[in-house]
Amino acid sequence: MTLLAVEGLSVRYGQLTALRDASLMLDEGETLFVTGPNGAGKSTLMKAIAGVVRPAAGCIRLGGRDITGEAPETIARLGFSMVPEGRQVFGELTVDENLRLGAGMRGDRAGAARDLESVFESFPMLKERRDGAAGLLSGGQQQMLVIARALMTRPRLVAIDEPSLGLAPLVIDQVYELLLRLRAERRLTLLVVEQSSTRATMTGGRMMLLRSGRVVLEGDARELNASGAVERAYFGYSDAEEPA
Amino acid sequence: MTAVLQILFDALSLGSLYALGALGIALIFGVMRLVNFAHGDYISFSIFALLWPTTAATTILFLGQVPPAVLIPFVILIGAGVSVLSEILVFRRLRDANPATLMIASFALGFVIKNLLLMLYSSRPKSLSILPGLAQQVEIGGARIPLLQVVTVAATIVILIALTAFLKRTRFGLEMRAAAQDFTMARMLGVRANRVILLAFAISGMLAGAIGLAIVVQTGTADINMGLSVMLVAFIATVIGGLGSLYGAVVAGFLIGGASVLMQVILPLDARPFRDAFVYALVIVVLLWRPQGLFAPRTAKQRV
Ligand SMILES: Nc1ncnc2c1ncn2[C@@H]1O[C@H](COP(=O)(O)OP(=O)(O)O)[C@@H](O)[C@H]1O
Ligand SMILES: [Mg+2]
Repeated sequence: MTLLAVEGLSVRYGQLTALRDASLMLDEGETLFVTGPNGAGKSTLMKAIAGVVRPAAGCIRLGGRDITGEAPETIARLGFSMVPEGRQVFGELTVDENLRLGAGMRGDRAGAARDLESVFESFPMLKERRDGAAGLLSGGQQQMLVIARALMTRPRLVAIDEPSLGLAPLVIDQVYELLLRLRAERRLTLLVVEQSSTRATMTGGRMMLLRSGRVVLEGDARELNASGAVERAYFGYSDAEEPA
Repeated sequence: MTAVLQILFDALSLGSLYALGALGIALIFGVMRLVNFAHGDYISFSIFALLWPTTAATTILFLGQVPPAVLIPFVILIGAGVSVLSEILVFRRLRDANPATLMIASFALGFVIKNLLLMLYSSRPKSLSILPGLAQQVEIGGARIPLLQVVTVAATIVILIALTAFLKRTRFGLEMRAAAQDFTMARMLGVRANRVILLAFAISGMLAGAIGLAIVVQTGTADINMGLSVMLVAFIATVIGGLGSLYGAVVAGFLIGGASVLMQVILPLDARPFRDAFVYALVIVVLLWRPQGLFAPRTAKQRV
């Protein structure tokens, strides 16, 4: 079943068109990587889906419902959980408060409490520092925290914008290990943004590539990479003009 | 020793008003990035709600007649009401406007409220006696302290404790603190923007009502400009405390109150009329030393 459908989405910031006629489909349980160079419009696409920026044109449907132009809190309450670029922990709140904020919109207190315990089971490090300020965690720990916080909302779809940004390679591995484990355990639907296609190829699955606000490539990550199409698209060569 | 106690209560009771005023401004700034210049007029509005509207010199009590147990909650509710109404009628419609537009709108709203009061009550200050029991003095450690001062300080302490408990212990409080740090992220976690902002306006207005009550009991007059002078100092306190820091606003409010009273005592007689100039000079020194304020939040982000 299609969980997320984006059709002909365009976003402008004043004169600049950051996203042009972008479309994507995401089935329940599926993982889609959105890749592309810096400034391609990846974050803009995520923000538009999350309701943080208003699209100039196009339509976004979540679980069959039109959410175009809805408020971020409405979209979150419909099951779209966003982990924005740069982590965005509430640095002055405690780890515990960050997590409880994620559970705030849920009616079931008991379920939320159980989820909190299971988060602490999976992340003993977060439990140790649950009463400390979240801003004092390391970058990798903060990334774990925001993913855990996103899951506390019991989302139907988790979107993560550049989870590896600014992290050491070893820590990136841990973050992805966690993501893939959670995906398996909870049959999560994932939308992951990364600049490079390396992770998409390692993980496998569907991938799309944005450049200058347009979707220039879409398909199976491994096949696209093996054919060299990703590299060509990434650097903007059309198939006709190979680099010298 | 008795002199010290007297000075201490003078400082604390004046500081209380500044602290509660600064807190009201900082709460709104936290979630809206709006410096609400209409806040002082919420105070005036709360005060004049005690009087029957008349432009004559006579004073006819309106709400002021009821017993204290009704009077106090009523004034506080009036403050909350006018504050909440201004959010719904004005600020909500400007939610996406830039901060300068918001600020100008708050100026304009302040003028509207003030002129409405002028129309209904004229500009003549009116004398009124509310809660006269508070005028008596009590003896503390040998010093004779006006009961009003003791009550003001005690009430402020209770308000601060209650507000802290609300912010730290309740879900709404948690949402408010999160929204003050990063509103967009809070919304992406399902925090309802309108509700958080409305709540901030309600609490801020309640504080304005409480200040109004304290001022009117102390001065025995209702004057259209009374809210203004307290608010000017309260604005300065929010800046000194570090815009966005509730804690800073409260501390700075008490510091300025303390400094004013202390200046009054230690300045030579000839210089006393210029007390405020000395206080503001001190303010400038503090801001030169720490332009971001004493307790600037580490991670306050722009509201989107
Ligand atoms: N708030 C904004 N205002 C104006 N321009 C923006 C804003 N955010 C992003 N842009 C511009 O939009 C384009 C796409 O940005 P973004 O979506 O952040 O790209 P990516 O996430 O792929 O690096 C860039 O040219 C960027 O400079
Ligand atoms: Mg980006």
